[in-house]
Amino acid sequence: MNDTPARGVEEKAGPGSSLLLTLLLPIIIVNIIAFVMPVANLAAMSFREAASTGSLSDVVSLKVWASLLEDSYYWSIAWRTIWLGVLITIITLILSYPIALFASRAERGRAVLIVLCISPLLLSAVVRTYGWMVILGEQGFLPALIRQVGFTPPRLINNEVGVVIGMTEILMPYMILSLLSGFGKLDVTLEQAAETLGANRFTVLRRIVLPLSLPGILLGSLLCFVLAVSSFITPKMLAGGRVALLATEIYDQAIVTLNWPLAACLSVLILTVFGAALLFYGQLTKIIE
Amino acid sequence: MSARIWHIAHLIGIITIMAFLLAPVILVFPISFSADAYVAWPPSAWSTRWYGELFRNEEMVQAFKNSMVLALIVTSLTLLIATPAAVALTRSVFPGREALISFFTAPLLLPSIVLGLAILIIFVGYGLVGSWPGVMIGHLVITLPYALRVLITGLSTLPANVEDAAGTLGANPFVVFRRVTLPLIVPALIASAALAFIVSFDEVVISLFIAGTQLKLLPVSLYHYVESRADPLVAAISALMVLGTLAIVLVVERAVGLRRAVAK
Repeated sequence: MNDTPARGVEEKAGPGSSLLLTLLLPIIIVNIIAFVMPVANLAAMSFREAASTGSLSDVVSLKVWASLLEDSYYWSIAWRTIWLGVLITIITLILSYPIALFASRAERGRAVLIVLCISPLLLSAVVRTYGWMVILGEQGFLPALIRQVGFTPPRLINNEVGVVIGMTEILMPYMILSLLSGFGKLDVTLEQAAETLGANRFTVLRRIVLPLSLPGILLGSLLCFVLAVSSFITPKMLAGGRVALLATEIYDQAIVTLNWPLAACLSVLILTVFGAALLFYGQLTKIIE
Repeated sequence: MSARIWHIAHLIGIITIMAFLLAPVILVFPISFSADAYVAWPPSAWSTRWYGELFRNEEMVQAFKNSMVLALIVTSLTLLIATPAAVALTRSVFPGREALISFFTAPLLLPSIVLGLAILIIFVGYGLVGSWPGVMIGHLVITLPYALRVLITGLSTLPANVEDAAGTLGANPFVVFRRVTLPLIVPALIASAALAFIVSFDEVVISLFIAGTQLKLLPVSLYHYVESRADPLVAAISALMVLGTLAIVLVVERAVGLRRAVAK
């Protein structure tokens, strides 16, 4: 974020506090209506219960939480979400690292390459996921290609394989961006020095480039994990409802079953996973420093 | 291994990964010209049939119009709300300034599935679900952080002291803003507008929760269409959206640089 202090403050105090409030009031109102109130209400909602009539009782209770934590179904969903999140993050990192490294070194076409990597971010997730349905579907591009070489194509859609492939591609731009910001600090002369001293390429990569780019790797991994765990559109479209994850379960409970307290509990659960990932990230960055 | 072979292997690897990254965006184009009744590769024949179907599909045309109008309104409101806020946050120092900036960008940190659900539950009570004001507020809360960030960067990198100079020469603060500051932050304004437009136009999860069934929005209609049908109609829309997005990418890249604008 921006750390530069406002200019001109040495001489004058800047706009008066009433003007300041007027300028900030609209954005404060929007944030209160569509962020603070809803989120506070959602947390409170998780401690209520749905009456059999579908209306909400006013009693504060831990009943929904208790039923959620007792039900092995929700535990299996939570573990699947976390496990897939980790798997997707690792694959995304492996595929993004060479691209980011190449983009940070390329002399020609560097800007074009970076724009090509990032611009998919601005395309609707529905459109990008639809592209994967076209590729992975039973009549899709990839199965046709596999059949042409003479193999029977495996099932690539409506299962976890499809979700992992689609999510990996969707998250790569975020990972590439994070890695690129980390590579900015890499000094090429260090690598040249190592090579002069007789280190081969792999040694240079393992002993110099990787350790120095670790902060970018950690940041990108945190971002990808968090986004993978909370993604809804891509898993829903590529799994066809056959892979239950926390985010898809929230939607089903909220829109199909209309069980808002349960959906609220699951939301708090997702935020807890976020918090845990953030703590883990904090610990790791402390260690590498 | 000689350096040359290593270099070629390296390039092939890079090209393969880039192909993976861009495959879904590229492959919707050939499929959109399929003459088949369902998505299949390779298409048995080529035609522009699905582009025709697209313009005859009333729901999609209506949803496109709604999304367009919504994105334009949300973009204008975003600029009107974020610009004064960015000025206030860069032109004065007060306790809690950093905390306020974090507070304003916090909605981006929340998963949209959680934010969507939270907004839905509150909005139901006020009858805002499926209404224009409802979706406008729901979109504003996620377009404002992007715009605010770009504008704060734009405002704090202005050439030093031009505003002070104008002030010293007798211009009042509003004249300084209109005649000096505003023209200088045009690139940041353009980038903010483009980002706000595309974030609103593409938003699907929050819209899925609060647009209800009455107010048709393009990403939501596309999502529901794909859920039930497998014909290449969506490929035709996707191809058009890819081209539209490409235009906006170029605008943002020219104005402030894409990388600076989208960083999370």
